[in-house]
Amino acid sequence: MKQIKKIAFWLLVLFLLILICLPGIWIFVSAFRPNPEILSKPANWIPDRWTIHQFTQMFSINGYVSVPAFKYLMNSVIISSVSTVIAITIGMMGGYAFARFNFRGKNSIFLSLMLARAVPGISLSLPLFILFAKIGIINTSFGVILVYVAMNVPFTIWLTDGFFRQIPKEMSEVARTDGCTRLQAFWNVELPLAGPGIGAAAIFAFLLSWNEYALASIITRTVHSKTLPIGMMDYLDEFTINWAGMCAIAVVMIIPALILTFIVQKHLVSGLTFGGVKG
Amino acid sequence: MAEVKLKNITKKYGDVIAVQNMNLDIPHNEFLVLVGPSGCGKSTTLRMIAGLEEISGGEIYIGDQVVNEKDPKDRNISMVFQNYALYPHMTVEENLGFSLKIAKEDKEEIETRVKEAVQILGLEELRKRKPSQLSGGQRQRVAMGRAIVRRPDAFLFDEPLSNLDAKLRTQMRTEIKKLHQKLKTTVIYVTHDQVEAMTLADRIVIMKDGVIEQIGTPLELFEKPATKFVATFIGSPSMNMIEAKITNISGELYMETNDGISVLVPKHKINSLAEGQRICFGFRAEDIVPLKFGQKPKNSWSLKSKVNLAEPLGTETLIFTNLGNTEVVSRMFTPELVNSNDDLEFALNLDRTYLFHGDTGLAI
Repeated sequence: MKQIKKIAFWLLVLFLLILICLPGIWIFVSAFRPNPEILSKPANWIPDRWTIHQFTQMFSINGYVSVPAFKYLMNSVIISSVSTVIAITIGMMGGYAFARFNFRGKNSIFLSLMLARAVPGISLSLPLFILFAKIGIINTSFGVILVYVAMNVPFTIWLTDGFFRQIPKEMSEVARTDGCTRLQAFWNVELPLAGPGIGAAAIFAFLLSWNEYALASIITRTVHSKTLPIGMMDYLDEFTINWAGMCAIAVVMIIPALILTFIVQKHLVSGLTFGGVKG
Repeated sequence: MAEVKLKNITKKYGDVIAVQNMNLDIPHNEFLVLVGPSGCGKSTTLRMIAGLEEISGGEIYIGDQVVNEKDPKDRNISMVFQNYALYPHMTVEENLGFSLKIAKEDKEEIETRVKEAVQILGLEELRKRKPSQLSGGQRQRVAMGRAIVRRPDAFLFDEPLSNLDAKLRTQMRTEIKKLHQKLKTTVIYVTHDQVEAMTLADRIVIMKDGVIEQIGTPLELFEKPATKFVATFIGSPSMNMIEAKITNISGELYMETNDGISVLVPKHKINSLAEGQRICFGFRAEDIVPLKFGQKPKNSWSLKSKVNLAEPLGTETLIFTNLGNTEVVSRMFTPELVNSNDDLEFALNLDRTYLFHGDTGLAI
């Protein structure tokens, strides 16, 4: 009886797992087969013919370029990394200030930062477009980075504020009586202790930038600044959709994010539970 | 190698005054203990000396210099915190050497000084461990080591033993005392535990509500408390304290309690009292003893009363009884069995009673 229960449990787990992974598996499988096969009815789960055609075309390995995926990948990498580094630097300092100092209007400022996150991003698209067009940063990586930093800073502040609160303030005090300046105490003691939390915040910021579509679709116009999610739309023609190409570029998008998450997942969990008990 | 001076130190948080006009001279090599109930301003005072708390008024000197505006790092002090505050991401030796590393001392110097501290505190085995792998007592020792390594002008201790269990606390108390004898440096030590204060201090400063109540050696405070508060705070069990009014019965002054019990005023106090004055009179537990088991003092007043409770502690027995409606405690050093509800006659040694003004609480 016990055994049956156990087996039933694991079958349920397996079923749920497949359910969750199915879209991902479908994307992966579709990236490696010809377009017509994707549209066949009934669905063909296992491809009759495997091909890396979409990838070779994307990365112009045989001289023919379908979509400049490499350029998009580079744009994505640069925009996501730079915006993450900036957002974490600013957000971390903000979080530290909220956790450690008392200043006038502290609670209102914190609240307004959180409220800023409640505004749907897409509602900002028109004002942003007009503003960016006027000052001439439309269709530049700089413009996109600016938007992503603004999006990520409040969340990073909220998250790191929690992590810094977890570190007893005596840590910095003892470091200061040990001969550190406030900045040295932060750098040598508090930052290493908040490390996992800040890592977690960085991953969130990076993934948000990496996956963002709505605002990038407004700001980016050409190959110059388009990121991977926008580049995917290049497969959308007037009358046809190249599903295989789309899936292939999706795979290119998923893999780095997946690898990154795997590397830091241990820290991610400890970081999140660490900050989770914030009072 | 420095003395610490506080001149009219005041600390305000908004309208709340945490420390008021505090003056204190701490000579070099003194072990000074700041003691008082929680919220009396003792920790705030220590933190102001350390530079972790801004000063609202007055001046602090370390050596000849005013340090009001100096950062903690420039004051050459070391502080040991209640929760140890060891750097969790560093090993014991990294913790010990951290201040020297920040000061950019060369590697050999760091090594010799860390080694020295490790030997003094017996931490040889633990050098490579992380704080999470240490017991409470070991952590406390590392925290002290970290302070020693810096060779500071003054050590500041903020309730360093409060997180330890009773046995370890006694042991560490002795170690701190020995350490002070060995290092010969000024120590300022904050605690709420009067036993710690009595055993460690060269001089004790008793604080209440941000004001110094009395400064003196442990024995001075015990024998000549300046206020009612000091009298009840120092000594265990607490001094018995009874409210009374001075009355004149056929030419002699008596202290009449609220329950109408009259006790003759001790002779040496007669001149400082007036009829009708409200006072408190206090006496320590060992100065009221059951007559049956002790000697009757020369100047005594006797009280017949029922025992409420007896606590035999081995070397002594604490007997709780009533003087009127006020419960008082008597300490008896003879190992005799006393039971609840026994009727006993107690003798109060009048030469060892303390009198305080009814409203100001100042000693008479």
